[in-house]
Amino acid sequence: MTTPPILRIENLRVESRKSVLLDDVSITLAKGEVLGIIGESGAGKSTLALSSMLLMRPGCRVTAGSVELCGQPLIGLPQAALEQIRRTRVAYVAQSAAAAFNPFYRLETQITELPALSSRLGRTERHRMAAALFEELQLPDPETFGKRYPHQVSGGQLQRAMIAMALINKPELIIFDEPTTALDVTTQIEVLQLIRKIVREHDCAALYVSHDLAVVAQMADRVLVMRHGKMVEEGPTRQLVDSPQTEYARQLVSNRGHHGYAEHRGEDTPILDIRNVTAAYGAVTAVDNVSMAMAPGEVLALVGESGSGKTSLARCVAGLQTVRSGTITLQGAPLPPLVEQRSFEQRRLVQYIHQLPDLALNPRQTLREIIGRPLSFFHKLSGARREQRLAELMEAIELPVSYLDRYPSALSGGQKQRICIARSLAAEPKVLICDEITSALDPLVEESIVLLLSRLIRDENLAILFITHNLGLAARFSHNVAVMQHGKLAEFGPTAEVFETPQSAYARTLMEAVPQLDEGWLDSRRRA
Amino acid sequence: MTLMQGSAVRSFVVARIASGLVSILFISFLVFLGTALLPGDAATAMLGQEATPELVESLRQALGLDQPLLIRYLDWLWDALHGDFGVSLSNGQPAMAMLLPRLENSLILAFSAAVIVLPLAISIGLFAAIKKGRPFDTMSGLVSALFLSMPSFMIGYVLIYVFAVEFRLFPAVSSVRASTSLTGWVWALTLPVLTLVLVAQSHVLKVTRAAVLGVMGSDYILMAETKGIPRIRIILLHALPNALSSIVSICMITMAHLIVDVVVIEAVFSYPGMGKLMVDAVAYRDIPVVQACGVLFSAIFVVLNMLADLLGVLVNPRQRLPRRGA
Repeated sequence: MTTPPILRIENLRVESRKSVLLDDVSITLAKGEVLGIIGESGAGKSTLALSSMLLMRPGCRVTAGSVELCGQPLIGLPQAALEQIRRTRVAYVAQSAAAAFNPFYRLETQITELPALSSRLGRTERHRMAAALFEELQLPDPETFGKRYPHQVSGGQLQRAMIAMALINKPELIIFDEPTTALDVTTQIEVLQLIRKIVREHDCAALYVSHDLAVVAQMADRVLVMRHGKMVEEGPTRQLVDSPQTEYARQLVSNRGHHGYAEHRGEDTPILDIRNVTAAYGAVTAVDNVSMAMAPGEVLALVGESGSGKTSLARCVAGLQTVRSGTITLQGAPLPPLVEQRSFEQRRLVQYIHQLPDLALNPRQTLREIIGRPLSFFHKLSGARREQRLAELMEAIELPVSYLDRYPSALSGGQKQRICIARSLAAEPKVLICDEITSALDPLVEESIVLLLSRLIRDENLAILFITHNLGLAARFSHNVAVMQHGKLAEFGPTAEVFETPQSAYARTLMEAVPQLDEGWLDSRRRA
Repeated sequence: MTLMQGSAVRSFVVARIASGLVSILFISFLVFLGTALLPGDAATAMLGQEATPELVESLRQALGLDQPLLIRYLDWLWDALHGDFGVSLSNGQPAMAMLLPRLENSLILAFSAAVIVLPLAISIGLFAAIKKGRPFDTMSGLVSALFLSMPSFMIGYVLIYVFAVEFRLFPAVSSVRASTSLTGWVWALTLPVLTLVLVAQSHVLKVTRAAVLGVMGSDYILMAETKGIPRIRIILLHALPNALSSIVSICMITMAHLIVDVVVIEAVFSYPGMGKLMVDAVAYRDIPVVQACGVLFSAIFVVLNMLADLLGVLVNPRQRLPRRGA
């Protein structure tokens, strides 16, 4: 006698009007088991996760295959029966808790909506259920926590509240769809440990969707690698991490593995010197007495959690934010605080690349106009000499020259970010500010951009101020690291030293919170 | 729990009310200035055929018209603040006394239209959002846009032609008086109310549809779907409340517009409301009545717009409550 698996999906094919979202996907999930689903954006991870409750986004439909939940085939069931199953058997934890809670209702109302709907429990009974879950999820003031509205609690607390909402009906399957992607690393580790504990104690099955292999490696018993809607590889987590069979999985694993630190070959005289800089928005101090310096040919990684003042400091360097006190020196000469007061040359030497290339590129201009503008503005180039320089720049960012007549909409996210890099290089800067330029990109695309930047540092002797919240990336790519917390500089030094022997307590906490591929890493962390 | 928490909300409410009052004051000056600029002053108008330069001059002095504009305005404002808009030049009655029964008639007309059009347009907009892309959505959008693109007086005349002239179901002229019976009122009001309904429906319908559709695409609706909440409950309890602030705002603005449309529609149907009184007063140069009507109309308009802003904020917990704190 074998009990049926919690979830059995066989040869599932999901199509939208234009494309195939899932193609011939089969998974089974037994009680108490966690299946990790990993892949880049657009790989079909979320579509697969939602398919397990047969929930399709508008315009999508199942064209082949079967979905069975707790032995019950879902395809062909009427809407009311499907809703009944979703209410009782399965729960979903979404990526952004801030967006997934209804802003109109108090947390408790939303979390206890299902019991209120099904068994008509009284107010006090529901409050008791919610408070018990808040207690279990280590939320502050479990008795009154539910009285708040979603916008009144922090991101990490909201994510835990959503897990409470998932647990309220004791589901047999919980779907975690990138539940920690929107959180800072130190918050992430707490939520990850909590999810592990919950899944074990409630003995339910779980699907864990993520684009971060290290996170999946810590959470899942088995891992499914997906790409372009197809299954690439599936296997027990250890086997997949230690000996991946397919080329794509190998790339993913090697991308997460440790490469050693970048070799320092920067010069000694700093090109950019930041001394005791303080900046504020009204009464709120964003940057508090921060000093650091960087030399040509050097990557300085600026790391810290959201709100730590990384971008504010970069905006001071770029002249977009007034410095309240302190000085910023470029090539030995002090920089005026605002970009309008800076000389033509000073403006040319500092260039800024933004996080989202989609917003940074004018959709109505061709790449020729976009990259050509700094050429004619800063270097007064025109005609054949401008064309020649454009060709050189396209070569430098490894894109065909024929792309110059295209519009940004014809490019992928990684290609757009390359165009932004080319536009900055066109000015021939000495200092490049990269503000989370890879955080919107998939891991392998991110890797290619970083390789490109590494080459450019060598070729152009650039100094790069590299803002990131991705500590693994900072460790691989940078020569020096500055760790910021609450606007203050927590630690500044050579990358290897900061990562291997962090001096400040905060830097240590931060480094230890970065998920690793090693077996048992999560369980070995100090309990949150 | 009180509706208002935090000084931010309180200061917003105070600031919005204050700016509303300033608007009304400013408009009162514009109304006064406008009537002062009308060719021929009250003295000429009152004397009519008998106007000789000497008579006009003495009357101007008696009426205080020889004073500077600002002094006259302040005098007038002082009286107006005490509810005294002066005496009608045509029949010697106080302007307020003439105006109040007419205002009542206009409000009856405008509110009858509002009571019908707001729930109707919201329901159709909601249903169109549910049936997005289906025939009901397309058809309701088409019909709504058709009436939006027609001038209100033309809709009025078309309705008169069809229902009063051809089918003789309703009167072409909506004359009512205080003694008219309830059925008489309904009979007389049907066509003007119908006209106003057709004029006013479009924005409410479109804003409701767009607001609900905007909300339906958000993550918390997907979340509700994964929870297995029945669709009708999702729309009414998860989506609609979040679309509420735009819907409430457009309802208030629509009511303000109804008050304005009433001026035109009353003229079309010869309905004895404030709009018709104002049009007649302008024709007879009955300046005090014109001023009183102008100020009253704009006050109603400003107050309704103010309510639109205030309610729009107060129905939204994110704006009503502070970010942190229990």
